[in-house]
Amino acid sequence: MATIPLERAANAERPGLWSRATKSGTPYFYLLPAAIVMGIITFYPLGFQVWMSFTNYGLANLRLNAPPPTFVGLDNYIKILTNDLPLQNFNFLNMLSFNLFWTFSNVIFHLVLGILIAVILNTDGLWGKGIYRAIFILPIVVPQIIIAAVWLNMYDPDYGAINQLLAFCGHFIGLSSALFHIRWIDQIDPPIPGVPLTLSYFALLITNIWLGWPFMTIVATGALQSIPKDLYEAADIDGASGSQQFMNITLPLLRPAMVPAAVLGIITTFNLFSLIYFLSAGGPLHATEILLTQAYRLVNENQLYGVAAAFCVYIFFILLALTLIINRVTRATESYDV
Amino acid sequence: MSSQTTSLGNLMARATGRTQGSSSAGHTLSLGRQLLLQAMLLVIAFTVLFPLLWVVSLALDPRNISRPTTLQLIPPGASLQAFQSVIAQPTVNKISFLGLALNSLKLAGGTAFGSLLIGVLAAYSFSRFRFRGREALMLGVVTVLMLPAIAALPALYVLLNRFQVVDVVTHKIIFNLRDSLWGVGFAMISGMLPFAIWNLKGFLDTIPKELEEAAIIDGANANQVFIQIVLPLAVPALAVTGFLGFMSGWTEFAVSWQFLNNVQDHTLMMELYNMIGQYAGNTPWSKFAAMSILVSLPVSIVYLALQRYIVGGLTIGGVKG
Repeated sequence: MATIPLERAANAERPGLWSRATKSGTPYFYLLPAAIVMGIITFYPLGFQVWMSFTNYGLANLRLNAPPPTFVGLDNYIKILTNDLPLQNFNFLNMLSFNLFWTFSNVIFHLVLGILIAVILNTDGLWGKGIYRAIFILPIVVPQIIIAAVWLNMYDPDYGAINQLLAFCGHFIGLSSALFHIRWIDQIDPPIPGVPLTLSYFALLITNIWLGWPFMTIVATGALQSIPKDLYEAADIDGASGSQQFMNITLPLLRPAMVPAAVLGIITTFNLFSLIYFLSAGGPLHATEILLTQAYRLVNENQLYGVAAAFCVYIFFILLALTLIINRVTRATESYDV
Repeated sequence: MSSQTTSLGNLMARATGRTQGSSSAGHTLSLGRQLLLQAMLLVIAFTVLFPLLWVVSLALDPRNISRPTTLQLIPPGASLQAFQSVIAQPTVNKISFLGLALNSLKLAGGTAFGSLLIGVLAAYSFSRFRFRGREALMLGVVTVLMLPAIAALPALYVLLNRFQVVDVVTHKIIFNLRDSLWGVGFAMISGMLPFAIWNLKGFLDTIPKELEEAAIIDGANANQVFIQIVLPLAVPALAVTGFLGFMSGWTEFAVSWQFLNNVQDHTLMMELYNMIGQYAGNTPWSKFAAMSILVSLPVSIVYLALQRYIVGGLTIGGVKG
């Protein structure tokens, strides 16, 4: 891997291309459209947002010719951290920890299930592989608002499919069906004493497991197909057991494909606005609110644009830190180069 | 913990039939194992399909119930009436399905086209040239890479709202950039462009440079190399990145819900929310289900066709990071 650039550098044609192209300004010419567009619609708004976050920007400042907002310094930032906002049940640190826990609890399930099912699907001589693969990608393509609506219906306490299924199963071990009027979305008391997770968290978790494993399976399937069969044959000859083969061949060779998929999964799940907004709406009492749904509420419902801007600056730095930490961890555990 | 992982490995090894010495040639799956795996996969397929088949069943049901009463895919008296009424007028808002689809199509197509066109140029520059400020500019792209559009919503809302055209006589607002599909499109491109640049750069990095070098020896300049060699080779990556941009525009809800006031600008997602969200009246479930199918089917088919490229494109872009 590392030797290729050296060989290339020795190639006589290459410096010619670089110097000629660079002198003519070509790279900048190609970058110009992106630089202009990102400058205007990405970086300028982000900078403006930082300015907004130091003001009390509100509905009154929105009209054309409206007076400029008042500079309030770090007020918005402090109010968010000290939960001093005109919102009920707002607790920033609880929300952040919930968001992180939500992310990692989901991605672990996605990875384990995704790899497991991919390994099953990769079996030689299995019937109907193509059909299964086509079915398994369906959750990815259906818009999340539809998925949320259907699952919300399934979680209905009285008539929902989930409670009916549980009652049906409970019937066999002699439990009365009256026990299964579980209020999946609205119940405020946490089901496990001492653990601050509401039933709506578990409802969201189940739904998002359903939603998320197929992506990992697709990625893992692609990676499994590129593992040479000779490796397993050699391991067989050496007398390695099935689990040894899985731990020492399959998993290490899946790693290069699964690490970026997991990173993508972590970022997507951390920012999973649609499912949460449509399924639990962050409830009950904002117990399943994530940062992004709260930021949206600050703009959409509360119209506290200055506070929302400060909130989004927090989100920016939290995401940045998360990405840097993930990068550090995945690089540190990189044992070899494939 | 270790015993758990071992038993997991055993299960997998048994599932894949690798415990036995698998001969390279006529290796076949024994019937018992085949049936065991089929049973597992059928259960999984059932859990995947159950919520989706439910939607199909509701869409066909003429009774406007909120959930199927029996496990029947085709309910008694099934009809396509819900589809007819959805296509005519999805909700109480005075806009037809075609109008909504057209708005969504404009938004999705614009997002895909805009981010692709600008993104591929920047990706080519980052991938092929070494120039002053390259590292700094790439860092700029990476920092906003994972930032969703909602995280810039306060500023975008306020800023786009300043681009208003007001009638001098009546003081009526003729055009407000924020309250238009253009404004939503800008916000979408703002979120999509960094991803497009990064994903395309990752793909271009994997194209061997020999072809381009040969062309340069033959006297081609950078533009000719780009148009005649790099672009044709990048078609799969362009298709995938464009499709993902299209999907993000097609399923976009938060920004358009915040920005758009005029019913004539509404998108499919907004009206789907109007059917079930907090402001929903008594929209029949059959209409919601029928609309869901009409919205998901076209993108599902394209996704199925592009599936191989989508996964390849995503993982390559990620690995090369």
